[in-house]
Amino acid sequence: MQVLLLLFYIVILFTVVMLHVAYATYFERKIIGHMQVRMGPMEVGWHGLLQPIADGIKSFFKEDIIPENADALGFRLAPVVSLTAMVGALAVLPFAPGWVLADIDIGLLFIFAMSGLASYGVILAGWASNSKYSFLGGLRSMAQVISYEIAMGLSLVGVMLLSGSLNLSTIVEAQGGSFGGMYIFPQIIAFGVFFVAMLAETNRVPFDLPEAETELVSGYSTEYSGMRYAIFFMAEYVGMMVMSALGAICFFGGWSGPFAVPLFPALWLVLKIYAFMFVFIWIRATMPRYRYDQLMELGWKWLIPLALANIVITAVCKALF
Amino acid sequence: MFIPIYFWYSAFVIVLCGILAISLRNPVHSVLAVLVLFFHLAGLYLLLQAEFLAAVQIIVYAGAILVLYLFVLFLVNLKEELKISAFVPGVWLGRGIAAGLFVMLMWVLPSFTAGMKGSWPSIAVSQAGHTKALGAELFTQYLVPFEIAGLILLVALIGGLVLAARVAQPGPSRHITDNVEQTETLRQTEKPS
Repeated sequence: MQVLLLLFYIVILFTVVMLHVAYATYFERKIIGHMQVRMGPMEVGWHGLLQPIADGIKSFFKEDIIPENADALGFRLAPVVSLTAMVGALAVLPFAPGWVLADIDIGLLFIFAMSGLASYGVILAGWASNSKYSFLGGLRSMAQVISYEIAMGLSLVGVMLLSGSLNLSTIVEAQGGSFGGMYIFPQIIAFGVFFVAMLAETNRVPFDLPEAETELVSGYSTEYSGMRYAIFFMAEYVGMMVMSALGAICFFGGWSGPFAVPLFPALWLVLKIYAFMFVFIWIRATMPRYRYDQLMELGWKWLIPLALANIVITAVCKALF
Repeated sequence: MFIPIYFWYSAFVIVLCGILAISLRNPVHSVLAVLVLFFHLAGLYLLLQAEFLAAVQIIVYAGAILVLYLFVLFLVNLKEELKISAFVPGVWLGRGIAAGLFVMLMWVLPSFTAGMKGSWPSIAVSQAGHTKALGAELFTQYLVPFEIAGLILLVALIGGLVLAARVAQPGPSRHITDNVEQTETLRQTEKPS
């Protein structure tokens, strides 16, 4: 019975997240459209509201092409690995008190582990496609993800120190539910590092070098078509949502808000995630892309030392006061 | 009921992936087999209430070290650069040695006895949380060995840096060599972690 209930929750969470993924693409196109003074999708449904459904159906029925000299196993495995890892990370996110699939003590580490696994999807896709563009995209992504994973992990150590736990629910509770208790104030440096590392981890502008269309066609996903390509897309958007949720939980008090919402206590967290997603898209419409050596310099020479300094400052402050 | 099944499943997959990792022709496929192996190893740690160790196993080994192996595999041309002569002359000699090793291991296995009970039996660990227990032990009782291990890693890191760093050449090509240096040091310094 318990297992069935859990399965039911998993199906609900998965469905809701996948619907969000579909409409995140719609909002991205709409927001960027309006920022560039055009309309965005308008044709399918009222103001293009059914566009994501149409896109989904289209990519589902498109021909699925596997290049002749591609490594068939790796080529088929790559999108699945990407999506599975990212969806797996959803399991530990607490949406409201008690609204979490797996309330484990190492929630934060679990998310790091899953995002590390997700990079295999990209690497594998790049290698298995047997195309120079894909391969270069995969290599870039590999170096980028490894570098920024360190910065991201270190930036969250400050949060771990303050809350004394790796459990995401405990981290939210440790922030006390008040505005002044949010960790964004004592951990402002960590949040800066986390935010930049978050953009790089999800391969978003200005760090979207792995799929830089001006030089690499479409990077690691160049050879993919139809549903497999769509799965990569889904993985990217689920990744963005997981990172947004992580930011909201660790720095902005998670599910707590100005007043309690009856029936749907997750409202505040969801709103915070939407805000993060909007910033993701806003940045995409605003910023140019980094050069590769600038990306590496930023990661290794600025973010990691800053995160380390933040750990020392936080630990000293915690020991003294 | 569930736990023995899970253990035997994990053990079976670990052995299978270990064999696949050394017998597959394509080295990238071998690395993937090792990746699956690491995940099941982490599963075994979870069975022993060592959730921190399980997470670190995946983050460090699967997330960092194995990715660097892939990086190296991608950057060398395996068909031309890697020609290693066999360690033993015949295939069957090697198989015989491996089988002998296996028999020997199975032979000594029954003589294992459980060690002394420390101050952290598994119930205490699961009450305090594995992360907390590990941290408390590491930073009180085993502080000196821990720091020494950290120092050794630092030495390896600086050594890698010194080996990889080249003397900067004057001239307009400076910028490009800088980049090469950077990626080179990146690769080298990553390894010991």
